Amino acid sequence: MSDTTNQADEVPIEVGGTVMLTVQGGSGKPLLILHDELGYPGWMGWNAALSATRAQIIPLQPGFGRSDALPWLRDYRDLAAHYARFVRQVGTPIDVIGFSAGGYLAAELAAIDPGLFDRIVLVGPLGVRPTTGEIYDFLAVTTRTHVAATVSKQDAPEFAKIYGGTMGAEQFMLFEAARAETSRLGWEPFMFDPALPDMLNGVPNPVLIVRGTEDIICPQGCVDVYAAALPSAQVAMIDGVGHRPEIEDPDAFLGLIKNFLA
Amino acid sequence: MLIGYFTEQPYRGVTEEQVLRHGSYFGISNSNFDRQLGADLYNEYLDEFCYAEDLGFDAVCLNEHHGNPFCMSACLNISAAMLAKATETVKLVLIGNPLPAHHNPLRVAEELAQIDLVSRGRVVAGWVRGSGPEQFFNNSNPAINRELFEEAHDFIIQAWTRPGPWRYEGKHFHYRHVNPWALPYQQPHPPTLIPGVLSLETVEWAADRNYPYLGLGTSLAPTAELWDIYADRVASRGYQAGPENFGYLGMVAVGDTEEEAVEMARNFLFAKGNGLFARAEHTLPAGFNSASAIKRLSSNASGGWLGLNRDKIMGEDHGKADLSPEELLKIRGEIDIALEKMRENYQIIAGTPEQVKARIETILRVARPGHFVFMNVQGDVDAERRRKNMRLISEHVIPHMRQLSEELGLSSQFEVKPGSRRLAPGQARIQTTFPELLPAQKAKAA
Repeated sequence: MSDTTNQADEVPIEVGGTVMLTVQGGSGKPLLILHDELGYPGWMGWNAALSATRAQIIPLQPGFGRSDALPWLRDYRDLAAHYARFVRQVGTPIDVIGFSAGGYLAAELAAIDPGLFDRIVLVGPLGVRPTTGEIYDFLAVTTRTHVAATVSKQDAPEFAKIYGGTMGAEQFMLFEAARAETSRLGWEPFMFDPALPDMLNGVPNPVLIVRGTEDIICPQGCVDVYAAALPSAQVAMIDGVGHRPEIEDPDAFLGLIKNFLA
Repeated sequence: MLIGYFTEQPYRGVTEEQVLRHGSYFGISNSNFDRQLGADLYNEYLDEFCYAEDLGFDAVCLNEHHGNPFCMSACLNISAAMLAKATETVKLVLIGNPLPAHHNPLRVAEELAQIDLVSRGRVVAGWVRGSGPEQFFNNSNPAINRELFEEAHDFIIQAWTRPGPWRYEGKHFHYRHVNPWALPYQQPHPPTLIPGVLSLETVEWAADRNYPYLGLGTSLAPTAELWDIYADRVASRGYQAGPENFGYLGMVAVGDTEEEAVEMARNFLFAKGNGLFARAEHTLPAGFNSASAIKRLSSNASGGWLGLNRDKIMGEDHGKADLSPEELLKIRGEIDIALEKMRENYQIIAGTPEQVKARIETILRVARPGHFVFMNVQGDVDAERRRKNMRLISEHVIPHMRQLSEELGLSSQFEVKPGSRRLAPGQARIQTTFPELLPAQKAKAA
């Protein structure tokens, strides 16, 4: 289940006069996937495993080097406004999975308009001030340290495949672009919106929050805040994995989301 | 020619081993700060700047860094304010105010106006983006650093020159009532000197405003190359660049013997000097530099600005508490090699008065700066030895420089206004730097 190539196509979509590049693959009920602060990692095994039943749409975040950059964006709520337009074009309501900063974005979108989504999955979501612990300051470490911190299992086959070995110049520059744009939007307060918990109050959608027990990027305190703000949310922990459960333990991850999104 | 004196005002209470083990100056815990020593050193450095005036330097140059024993000066405007009253003639050259770190450009406009008034027009206002660690320390978003810098600069110039009160709604700054009561003594505002370490974007920004550019301890050959870019850019707007557009900061150690001078110069590289100013993750936060600059730096395998190279930028974080005696010895050997390289590159000038005069003469003939700044040593060097360095420079080197300056026409911005040499339409600019005068083997080393 680790074939990461040739199963998806790049599809440009015009949004408000700018080009949002998307990766699309699979067939069936549409599923929106919001990648994390390091950018789209490639078509992974879990994407392939969902291909028979879900048409997956992965927008590549503006400013990350592929889609048109949007200089007017100042924070994640601005970004959510832009994505709301994109989601309306794609078709609503749609199921969504957001990873890390992508979870932050999904939560901002749900707060703006819960009607954009049907079911919502937040994986290691940033975006709220944790009650305990701190969001890992990945902007205060080098790119390589940041990447390494995302997983507990560095020997996970898919992690080694996409991030292992020598980092090529092209990959390094894409990471740099992603981290720079993330800094621009999320530097202060660092990767959270103080108003988000209150804005989420009353969002009725079914929500699944997934976190690896060894996640050092997203502290349990973030999950607790989301769970308190979203009374309908379920929380699922995956043992022994870090911030990337979808590649560290894809079977456990797939089991959870297939069940929730069924 | 304007001849200035500069020191980073190093905190002398940390050991080389402490810095090496931490992997950088920035980030060493302030639990190591000795308040008594700090009080002594702040006073000593203020006295040293006054001594520079007594010795005949034309200017004292001040800077600031934050949370860093490499440079104790954390508020250059406070130092400048004290020196405005304690000195009488020297120019107070601020190299520079890190505008994005200040967050409040109106306050900066007021502070500098007040200092300029107290000193009766001796402020030279230099502006900087601040180094990477400054962004962390002051929580200034590195990804919008250049935007913050440019907007703050433009606002300050307006605040000094546009009669108030007026309202300002910018992109990053907003003021309901701009009307600083005290305006600078100098009209329309204090002159400027832009310090830098050869960032192309900053050189172009300075050129577009006719601001003189001061290379901070940069290798001579690439400095001359970059100044040509400045001169071309100025020429495209119809002006001829001259010495008044350029400044050079050299790290200089003079001794009675070459051995004594070199031993002292080794302190410029105390704990690798600015090569360990900060770790890579703090020096180059994401978004702080343009993509092209990052690409350039990350392709540099052998080391470059502030000790950065491909391995550091693309590697994991640094710092190693358990350096073995052998590893420490190896690092110290590397420092000795770096010292020799930097002497060859004209970044560090060390020797007897005669040797130093000859090296600086080469710099003046090759780069033709109208401003030259002497930087005193880093490391744990006592006040007496630091002052001896200053005295030898004053007695032996400066007179030679003044004579050469006359001969070569090295006018500072206070003698010839930058941007005042007009080119006729279609007229090509004349040569401004002369790298061909570098001794062949030295040019290769640079």
